[in-house]
Amino acid sequence: MANQEFLLTGTGGQGLILAAIMLAEAGISAGQNVAQSQSYGPEARGGASRAEVIIGDAEIYYPKVEKPDFVLTLSQEAYKKYGLHLTEEAILIVDNSQVSDVKPRSKNYYSLPITKTARTQFGSEQSANVVALGVVASLSGNIPWENVRQAVQQRAPRGTAERNIKALELGWQMGMEAGKVMNSGINEVGLD
Amino acid sequence: MSKARLMQGNEAVAEGALAAGVLFYAGYPITPSTEIAEIMAERLPRIGGTFIQMEDEIGSMAAIIGASLTGVKTLTATSGPGFSLKQENLGYAIATEVPCVVVNVQRGGPSTGLPTAPAQADVMQARWGTHGDHPIIALTPSSVQECYELTVKAFNMAEEFRIPVIFLMDEVIGHLREKVVLPDELTLVNRKKPTVPPGEYIPYENNESMIPAMANFGEGYRYHVTGLTHTEKGLPTGNPEVTRKFMQRLTQKLDPYLDRIQLVEEVQLDDADLIVVAYGCTARSVLEAVHIARSVGLKVGLFRPITIWPFPQKQLEKYVDRKYLVVEMNNGQLVGEVERLFGYKAVERLNRIDGELITPKEVLDRIREVI
Repeated sequence: MANQEFLLTGTGGQGLILAAIMLAEAGISAGQNVAQSQSYGPEARGGASRAEVIIGDAEIYYPKVEKPDFVLTLSQEAYKKYGLHLTEEAILIVDNSQVSDVKPRSKNYYSLPITKTARTQFGSEQSANVVALGVVASLSGNIPWENVRQAVQQRAPRGTAERNIKALELGWQMGMEAGKVMNSGINEVGLD
Repeated sequence: MSKARLMQGNEAVAEGALAAGVLFYAGYPITPSTEIAEIMAERLPRIGGTFIQMEDEIGSMAAIIGASLTGVKTLTATSGPGFSLKQENLGYAIATEVPCVVVNVQRGGPSTGLPTAPAQADVMQARWGTHGDHPIIALTPSSVQECYELTVKAFNMAEEFRIPVIFLMDEVIGHLREKVVLPDELTLVNRKKPTVPPGEYIPYENNESMIPAMANFGEGYRYHVTGLTHTEKGLPTGNPEVTRKFMQRLTQKLDPYLDRIQLVEEVQLDDADLIVVAYGCTARSVLEAVHIARSVGLKVGLFRPITIWPFPQKQLEKYVDRKYLVVEMNNGQLVGEVERLFGYKAVERLNRIDGELITPKEVLDRIREVI
């Protein structure tokens, strides 16, 4: 498969780097090349956080994301910084429980209740990163469920694997359904 | 070959060090090198090794020298501000010829600079940060796989040549996670020990190999270790003739072994009109730019020094009558070595000093300008 580039963005402390590590791990167990990196400020929490993953068959020379195929934004600030200047082809996923002020986009736009789902299902926002991972991984269409599940199982903090696998399932489902709606829309346009 | 696994650059250095047989780590944690200390703190006690968090980097450097004198392989890791503090004792290790590996994961400087952003601005500090004429070896990886394998080589060189080896990384490679396949077999080198009885041991013997045998403290070989210029017995001297001989051996001791020390990667250089010189993280941007340039018919290649000190002059100088471009994340440091070979008018530069990795597009644009 051609390399896919993912940009996971939000606020420090949301667990996006861990989600990116899980995604990269899934890529490796699926036999792909990966590069995972991040940029963050000196703070442990707060401040803008950006995690990057490249996955694919092709050799990865430059290890940073240049033209993302998938952009996830979990905060208004991250949306403003990374969600506004994308190509038409890039898939933008916005957490509508965190980002309220959005500019309309004609296609490849998914507005999903990522943090809210974690909060209502688990009573805490802690697994929102894994819900987001499920969304992104299922939308990518190139990383098998089993590889992602394994990665979450292995990398989840001690004692949280079960909850996080559940969070992954919810996210994966959310991504599948959102993808279906979008694809049927595209198909209809194609038939015209 | 083992199974592919996801590993971070810093983690690969720690794993490489453990595979090389490191048993002692002393350090003071600092971003972006901290993961190395964290892993060492967890792993070394389990295998009978020692991890010490020291009061600062000066003490850390002193501790790894002391531990190495007892015969164990030792490691410390730091970043720019800490690397500055290590310089005095780094000179001590060079003068007393004590093997050790010093990792510097470069971040933006000077001073505390940009703690979480990459730079390649300690290149000259790695060469001349400590005072006095001296030899040094500095290796610089550009992938996570290479972090692992090159760390093993760093220990081998330290042991074989009785010298501190600087492992000069950058924040990009230190924090990057990639696929790593650990090799099944590694070649490990241990320091040469004396074959004579304690009474006949000459610790700084001026022998043909230039590298004296090294006795472990505590095994009956009593000798004197000093940073002062010393005789073959290790005792301080001001005698000009003894000093000259000591300095001559010290500063030339790597010369017979340069072929094995100076590691480089050469990509599409044979027919290249333009040779781009780059190392560490920047080489990744250049590699992508070279592939794009080739696909549109531009004859460009990459010369990547893996060993940056001693600078691999012999490997580069054979490419005469080309154009040269040196790409680095500083204001121009290694470029001086290339200019020394081909003249400063023949060498172009691309530099970036804002804490962001140079992009392939920037490299490609510069390639088009200078080719």
